[in-house]
Formats: sequence, C-alpha cells, structure tokens
Amino acid sequence: MKSSVIVFPGSNCDRDIKVALEKMQFKNQMVWHKETKLPKSDLIVLPGGFSYGDYLRSGAIAGKSLIIDEVIKAANDGCLILGICNGFQILTETGLLKGTLLRNKKLKFINKDIYIKVLNNETKFTNKYKKDEILKINIAHNEGNFFTDDDHLNQLKKENLIAFKYSDEKGNINDFSNPNGSMENIAGIYNSKKNILGMMPHPERMIDKLISNTDGLNLFKSLLN
Amino acid sequence: MKYSITVTLKKDVLDPQGKVVQDTLKNIGLNLKNIRQGKYFEIEVNEKDQAVAEKKIDEMCRKLLVNLIIEDYKINKL
Repeated sequence: MKSSVIVFPGSNCDRDIKVALEKMQFKNQMVWHKETKLPKSDLIVLPGGFSYGDYLRSGAIAGKSLIIDEVIKAANDGCLILGICNGFQILTETGLLKGTLLRNKKLKFINKDIYIKVLNNETKFTNKYKKDEILKINIAHNEGNFFTDDDHLNQLKKENLIAFKYSDEKGNINDFSNPNGSMENIAGIYNSKKNILGMMPHPERMIDKLISNTDGLNLFKSLLN
Repeated sequence: MKYSITVTLKKDVLDPQGKVVQDTLKNIGLNLKNIRQGKYFEIEVNEKDQAVAEKKIDEMCRKLLVNLIIEDYKINKL
C-alpha cells in the first residue's frame, strides 16, 4: 500500500507517522506542502504538529497551501485520508470534514495518555478493532475541543460517522472522561463516504511496547486489510 | 481604501479566554456585565470602487480570516 505524508512548516509528528507506516510495510513518501503534484497514493496522512505556528487558527494556513487542492481532489476520488491532531484541524479548515476544533475547555495544553472507545469498527480505518474496544492512546493538543452544529451532529450519529469517543478505562463516556470539552466526547469523525478520518489522539505513538503500547497498530493493520 | 475587521466567537460558542479575562477584571474591582474576546484586522486594498473593495474584503473574511462555523465578523470602513 502506498502512502504519502504531507509535511508543513511546523509539522512535528511527520517522522513519527513515517516510522509507523514503514514499520507496517507501507511504501511511504514524504510530500512538502509546496508541491503541486501528489505521488500516486492509497493513503494520504496529514500529520500532527503546529503547522505555521497555529497562526490565525490551528490548521487555517495549512488548509490553504498549494498541495491541499491535490489532497481534496484525491479525497473526492475516494483516496483514504487520515488527519491526526493538527491534521484533523487542517481537514476541518479545508472543509473535507465538517465541524471545528476549539481551544480546550480548561485552556490548557494537554499531553497525556487517555482512553478512547471504538464506536464504528466497520470502516477501512478500524476493521481490525472490536466494536466498543477501549484503547489507551496519547493526546497532545491545545485545540481539541470538537464543536459542530446540530445538523452535523445529528448526521454523525445517524450515519454512524463518529469513529472514537473519549471514555475512561472501563468505557464510561461522560464529563469525567472528557479531557478537552469535546461535544459528546467526540475524539474522531469520518466524512459521509468514510474515506476520511480525522482524530485528535495519536495512533502513531502507540506502535511499540518499548515506548508506550501497541493500541495504535490495528489502525494501520485495518488500512492494509 | 482601508477597512477594519472584527472577528468574534458566535453567541452560543463558549469563550473560555473571555471568561478568564472577565473573572480577572472582576478580581481587580472592575465589574462588568459581559465580555467576548475576538480578533482584529486592518486591511488596505488598491481599489477605488467601494462596492468592489467591500466585496473583496468580504471574500477574504469568508475564505480565510473567519471560521464561519464558530465566528461572526463585522467590516468597517476606516
């Protein structure tokens, strides 16, 4: 499977995702944001970081960069797109995903391992997980507070487009297990075709027991499946 | 032609920064009813026709400066 990771000035998880993809035998290429042509890819990843120093709004400037037109075209042609953390913010700024990520409710940057529940395991991204499986996974963000309008929220529920929700270790989804104030504890969403996934947690940080755990591996295995 | 643009969070969107500023003002004895924090831009365009200029500024707002899901904006001629 061929993957491309788009690199913006200020991306800082681009090499982490490269390591994860290559460990899983993806044929990966790094693509600088000023490129106007994308290599043929089955998967495009918008990595985490602080593209353009979060100027204006997180992801706003990256969302207008040269390569983004190609990413939008590929997305419309059905290419799989994964946006992690800042990548999720960029996806909302491009309009490929609806909604937005507000500043964390308690105004603090949060970097810690939390728990998420897999709500939909029937997608290209999550088919190797069990439904309602609980993953321990790292988050590291200042703007991860998911917000959207009522129509979109209803659509997300009705079409089963909520990928993950923040929960506790036992799977309880409530205010106590909501780290950043996200609407209904939402940690990741799909577009209606389910070929685009945006998520705040970092699966690429959970691929090796030596440094964390392996709860992120199945996301990559799902993509290869 | 020069314009100012004020961007604020919509009424029903939580503004935690504004809330902290409000609490701090109260703490130093300056009471107030409500506060909303926002952003301010000044933009100069090379246009003589006011209608054209304003259309351009509005496009800038909608395409980049403002996130229409959560923010409102006001354009003023300077």
